[in-house]
Amino acid sequence: MSIGLEHYLILSAILFSIGLYGALSKHNAIVILMCIEIMLSAVNIALVAFSRYIVPLQLTGQVFAIFTIAVAAAETAVGLAIIIAIYRSRETIDAGKIDLMKW
Amino acid sequence: MNFNILSLIIFLPALGAILIACTSNSRAKLIKYIAAIFTLIPLILAICVFFSFDRSPTMAGVIQFEEKASWIPLINAYYHVGLDGVSLPLFFLMTLLGFLVVLISWKIDLRPREYFAWLLLLEMSILGVFASLDFLLFFIMWEIEVIPMFFLISIWGAGRKEYSAFKYVLYTLFGSAMMLAGILSVYFTTHSLSMVDITARGIASYIPVVPQALMFFLLLGGFAVKLPVFPFHTWLPDAHTDAPTAVSVVLAGTLLKMGGYGMIRVCVSIFPDAARQFAPILISLAMVNIIYGAAVTLKQTDIKRLIAYSSVSHMGFVLLGIFSLTTVSLTGATLQMFSHGLITGLLFATAGIVMHNTHERDINKMGGLARQIPIITVIFTIAGLGAMGVPSTSGFIAEFMTFLGSFQSDILVGAFPIAKVFTVISILGILLGAGYILWLLQRVFYNAPQDKFNGVHDADKLERVYSAIFIIMIFLVGVYPSILTNVIKTGITPIINLLGG
Amino acid sequence: MFDQNQYIWLIFLIPLLSWAIISLILKPFFKDKPKIAGYVTIAAVATSLLLSIWVLVTVLGEPHHELEVPNISWVIIEGGATINLGIIVDSLTAVMLIVVTVVSLMVQIYSQGYMHGDAGYHRYYAHMSLFTTAMLGLVLANSLLLMFVFWELVGLCSYLLIGFWFHRPSAANAAKKAFIVTRIGDFGFLAGMIYLYANTGTFDTAELHQMAISGVLAGNVLTWGAIGIFAGAVGKSAQFPLHVWLPDAMEGPTPVSALIHAATMAAAGVFLVARTYPLFEHSAVALQTVATVGGFTAIFAASIGLVQNDIKRVLAYSTISQLGYMMLGLATGGVAVGIFHLFNHAFFKALLFLGAGSVNHATKTFDMREMGGLRKVMPRTYATFVIGALSLAGIWPLSGFWSKDEILVKSLENQPVLFALAMITVFMTAFYMFRVIFLTFGGEYRGKEHLHESSSVMTIPLIILAILACGSGLLNVTGGFSAFFGHGETYSVVEGLFGIFAHPLPWLSLILAGLGIFTAYAVYSKKWLSAEAIGKRFSALYKLFYNKYWVDELYEGIIVKKVLMGGIFRVFQLFDSKVIDGGINTNFVQGFIVRNLFGWFKSFDQKGVDGAVNGVADTTLIAGKTMRKVQTGQLQLYGLIIGLGIVALIVCLFLFG
Repeated sequence: MSIGLEHYLILSAILFSIGLYGALSKHNAIVILMCIEIMLSAVNIALVAFSRYIVPLQLTGQVFAIFTIAVAAAETAVGLAIIIAIYRSRETIDAGKIDLMKW
Repeated sequence: MNFNILSLIIFLPALGAILIACTSNSRAKLIKYIAAIFTLIPLILAICVFFSFDRSPTMAGVIQFEEKASWIPLINAYYHVGLDGVSLPLFFLMTLLGFLVVLISWKIDLRPREYFAWLLLLEMSILGVFASLDFLLFFIMWEIEVIPMFFLISIWGAGRKEYSAFKYVLYTLFGSAMMLAGILSVYFTTHSLSMVDITARGIASYIPVVPQALMFFLLLGGFAVKLPVFPFHTWLPDAHTDAPTAVSVVLAGTLLKMGGYGMIRVCVSIFPDAARQFAPILISLAMVNIIYGAAVTLKQTDIKRLIAYSSVSHMGFVLLGIFSLTTVSLTGATLQMFSHGLITGLLFATAGIVMHNTHERDINKMGGLARQIPIITVIFTIAGLGAMGVPSTSGFIAEFMTFLGSFQSDILVGAFPIAKVFTVISILGILLGAGYILWLLQRVFYNAPQDKFNGVHDADKLERVYSAIFIIMIFLVGVYPSILTNVIKTGITPIINLLGG
Repeated sequence: MFDQNQYIWLIFLIPLLSWAIISLILKPFFKDKPKIAGYVTIAAVATSLLLSIWVLVTVLGEPHHELEVPNISWVIIEGGATINLGIIVDSLTAVMLIVVTVVSLMVQIYSQGYMHGDAGYHRYYAHMSLFTTAMLGLVLANSLLLMFVFWELVGLCSYLLIGFWFHRPSAANAAKKAFIVTRIGDFGFLAGMIYLYANTGTFDTAELHQMAISGVLAGNVLTWGAIGIFAGAVGKSAQFPLHVWLPDAMEGPTPVSALIHAATMAAAGVFLVARTYPLFEHSAVALQTVATVGGFTAIFAASIGLVQNDIKRVLAYSTISQLGYMMLGLATGGVAVGIFHLFNHAFFKALLFLGAGSVNHATKTFDMREMGGLRKVMPRTYATFVIGALSLAGIWPLSGFWSKDEILVKSLENQPVLFALAMITVFMTAFYMFRVIFLTFGGEYRGKEHLHESSSVMTIPLIILAILACGSGLLNVTGGFSAFFGHGETYSVVEGLFGIFAHPLPWLSLILAGLGIFTAYAVYSKKWLSAEAIGKRFSALYKLFYNKYWVDELYEGIIVKKVLMGGIFRVFQLFDSKVIDGGINTNFVQGFIVRNLFGWFKSFDQKGVDGAVNGVADTTLIAGKTMRKVQTGQLQLYGLIIGLGIVALIVCLFLFG
């Protein structure tokens, strides 16, 4: 059995689902952030796999993946900063209790 | 038959209601006996009807005990009642429950005159729905039922009773409005109100005033709210939770079945093409009902609310059976309606006794009751086993036939055998069903006895008698299902022929 | 139309009658004379045993070892389904009938002593009668549907009997767990059965066999149907990964464990596979699945059994392990091999459980750390227990040796890897059984109870079962048992008894078993090696075994509590109360329609066109007020809705695109 595009895509889908489940069901904001990272990684795998199998001569997918990684790093930094700020003012990082945006 | 037996069965409770209304509240005993007599006679007559119903295959599709009289000639409306294989079991079930709920209500002391009058009126209207063969009569009976329900819940209920009553009425009227629009569009297409004639000629032979699919969905809307189909189900737990016990029994036992019955009698019989076309959507909703309903049931902590949510899951089986559109699945769905009426009726009745005797409805605060109230425990366990579909109870054979039939269904989406796949997923519902029932039994009855429940009364004589009737019926249908399937199949066969079998 | 074979129905109707008598007559009216319930049950089971022996003799006399019994039609729907009820009597049925009735009778007699003075004496015998009925029905049933009916009923009786002492939370939990875990397997059974019916139009096992043999039923249909049925067997016979319920089921009274969770119901999964064997035989994938699951379970459960301190739990894991052997034997050697082990196992395992019950009767505990030295006080229990243990360990010429040897021979031929696992299991089996013996009967007493031998009503069944455990294996010495099942050749007695040592394999397994016994002797009797030191040396392995590979924690702690109840179902519940009920229904129906729309009509009525303009403004305003409730501020709810939306879009694309 050779490893084909679909295997990567299935891996990516599984990772994405794990991440999505975590992001939706966990209370801890940091865990949610980590789950979002998992989802981003899943997307990266899909990007690179598509690039490798569909347009092997161009590096578009890989380039995008690197962009994603860079943006993800920035996002995490900002996200953590926000979580710290919230923690300082509200003494909790439970996503269920952070509902200032409520109607 | 010259003797108008059906009309007699339908209107005796109404007569009883009028008689009760003429008495005074202080004579509670008299009122209760009147109510018992005026529901017992229809029950006996219905038993006669049940056994004299001709089950031979040649009678397939023939309406029996038919009565027809001109009513409003201007719009071709008739007073037209009759029974076939689909309506007879439900009609019989209502007369049975009608009598039993009077017994269940025996301890009602608050304004008994009004209570029993409304209860009997309720029975009349539901019997009318199952027997009518004329759209106008059907709709009027369908609407009459709302009035007693509103008062019964809002006066004799508990908790947020007014809210629940209003919610019930709003939802029902929302559905009825759609149904009325559907009936009117059918009328303007065919210029007839007779369900039998329209079914016989086939709606396709008329020039429709609005697209057939629209008529189908308008009518379906009314039934879907009643059954209830996700996402129109949230009135059900509220109404059940706050209604008095007897009303919960009628509500679960027969009111919900009006939805399923309507779907078979109207949506599938009159619109076979549309039913086939939209079956995938409805099968998907059925699966959601089953799995989602069971999942939400597992999270409930109020004993009546839990049973109410389990009804949502069980009605999913009915929906699955109906829209899988095979002989066996439709038979299974009808059987499931009958069986669920008995089983959930008994569950509600027993839950009512438990709540009445212990003054507690939060499952987490109960426990260890098996030592203090052993007879109720046995009754509740039997009802629970039925709800779980343990063989030899009616729940098993009904669910089994539904699955068997819907797995035979050839409904596809593209090349995807949606009926088969969703049936297999729905079978998971019985697994979750075992989960919530056993967990409920454990939390209410098992574990060490608690001191606060010392001296709680066990079931009294009357309660034992009506529970025994329920239990006998559950096992009778479970062990000898042919008693019903022989009847049901005479009603299902013509429908399958319409579907192009 | 009433031929004498119709009497076979009585075999399971008589215990049913006993159940009815006990629960409808004795319980309400003879409350102060509980003993009668026991006598009624024993009489009923004994009658069934006599009838079963009659059936066995008749079947032995038939040329094809089969009896014809007419069907009874149950449900007929023209053009849809015809469901018949009927019984099948062949060699498999005859053997199983004997197993069930003999063990049941012994257990009923024994229970008179064990359950003496229990408040639920009536209830106990009522449930036991019902169980015997259902188990006999399961054995007799000729269609998958009828088997499923009795299959569920034995599960129900098992539920009721595990939870017999329901005031103990652990018993109530164990009962629920047993029912639900086996129902996961039943889901497969039901789905497989319906799948087979949809493709063949029959539930009848004989007809399915014909189709499988003639090749009408083949390919994916056969494989998936067989695997579905096997899923049911996995649940009932507590094979990995659905084994978790059986050790907990030991919360029930010990005679119940002996009858239901060792000899009969737990073995029903093996029986089910045997009954539908042609379906497996014609699908290599299904057969491989059975062999792998069985072989793996055998060593998996045995390894856990090595370190348990509760005597019944050791026996429970041993049962799981032996059931794995049976599955392996079925898959590699056919019906006769697997069922022969079932037959032998039923007797010696029932014996061991009843022996453990007898020990418990004296010591009031199941914890082996509080036992010891019982050899002197309870000589009869000790002697019979040792016979059972030797038989289980597979020592020549006791029954376990013969059936285990056949399984090993067949698995060496067909599944070399699983054979290696099975050989290791032989060592483990001998070790844990003799660990039990040395801890329980050897050394000095470590508890505080006043010890005594059990009464003869309890020891006589032990002795009878011990005789059976010695003798039942000899039935196949001449190959007679296999020949009854239609294959294998027959030899002379001497050739069968001693000829077997011409091969190296029996020597190897005997040496391994002896090594296991010797190791147990060295560690637990002579204490040349300290058990603690060994445990420390292999602490990782010890922890793994002791905590049962953390399978329970995975299922209960993570899957049920976190993922289902805390995750998916909680989200559903929130969705139901917040979004459907709160968000859409309350706001839309009550807020929008009642307040807005009706308010709009009202203002239109009052103020005419001018009012209508205001009404539009009001509508917007109130719509805003009500619709904003959808903004709950719950980040994850938004996420969920986005996710569901995407899924809905994909589904639409898939369905209509």
